[in-house]
Amino acid sequence: MLDRRELCAAVLQDRGDLLVVAGLGASAWDITAIGDTPANFPLWGGMGGAVMIGLGLALAQPDRPVLVITGDGEMLMGVGALATIAHQAPRNLAILVQDNEHYSETGGQQTATRHGTDLAVMAEGAGIKRTQRIASLADAAKFRDAVHAKEGPVFALAKIEAKNLPLVLPPREGAILQARMREHLLGPAAHLA
Amino acid sequence: MESAPAATADWPDQIYDLLKRYDIRQVALVPDAGHARLIRRCLADNDLRVVTCTTEEEGVALMQGAWLGGQRSVLLMQSSGVGNCINMLSLGTIHRCPMPMLVTMRGDFGEFNPAQIPMGQATQATLEAMGTIVHRADTDADLLPTVEATLKLAFNTFRPTATLIGQRLLGAKTFGKD
Repeated sequence: MLDRRELCAAVLQDRGDLLVVAGLGASAWDITAIGDTPANFPLWGGMGGAVMIGLGLALAQPDRPVLVITGDGEMLMGVGALATIAHQAPRNLAILVQDNEHYSETGGQQTATRHGTDLAVMAEGAGIKRTQRIASLADAAKFRDAVHAKEGPVFALAKIEAKNLPLVLPPREGAILQARMREHLLGPAAHLA
Repeated sequence: MESAPAATADWPDQIYDLLKRYDIRQVALVPDAGHARLIRRCLADNDLRVVTCTTEEEGVALMQGAWLGGQRSVLLMQSSGVGNCINMLSLGTIHRCPMPMLVTMRGDFGEFNPAQIPMGQATQATLEAMGTIVHRADTDADLLPTVEATLKLAFNTFRPTATLIGQRLLGAKTFGKD
């Protein structure tokens, strides 16, 4: 079982032009702990929507790799989106689910993945051709290569330790989070659109 | 026959022209018969990305991602789908994201099916409760100016907006019992 922040650090190493969307809660704290940047879009709400935000972003920016990092609870809430993404099949979209089998933000209640639900199999069943399991930092490095090679859509499932780490909070004004990524991508013209 | 405009009605083509004029590039939808002709036009256009969603809230999240990446989008759905969007509409308020929605009504003027009434009658209140500016169009003459206002309000003032296309305009599904 991997440490979630070591996993994120490995996947985000030398990130180059990578855009990252993080599901609300621990995944958002993780990417912020590695380093907050305008190329990060950490969510504070919209549970179940992370991968669809990633899809819209990937379609709008086909030359940039887009990675969605989220948890098992958030992914389960919007799991039908995997079918939508398989249908659209953007090469530049990758999804990493950090599966600790718990709702860690709400007191550690167990999720369905604790009881046999396999999100990688669900992704495969949805039609996502490239699914993989990450069990080591070496696996994480291979996944990172696939993300940057834009060989997607690719879905990776990593079992991680269920422990609460220190909170590292990103800005919580959503208008800033949106505007800074738009400016990062579009320049000052973003604010005149 | 689903609740759908007469084959000769050309307003779906005019809405398509509006979407092009406002530089819409991604069209999220869960199909509805009232939108069938517009959907066909969008699918035939290689400059529009049509994203068929498994539930309407996916479309709300897609609009957030499209705008993040610098593209304009729209969500087409039936009124029943509005109920599926409620919490996801938070994204528009949280981030000040333009989210125009074109909603074909059921459970509205002349409805036959009792099951359509609860969500149909709650559609406008639901959207407004989540911060969406809502306009209704119940006549042919109203429709295009209302859709255009919905697009303008979304992209000029950065928020969720909706046009509800009424059943008076669409025609009510009658299950052969009219």
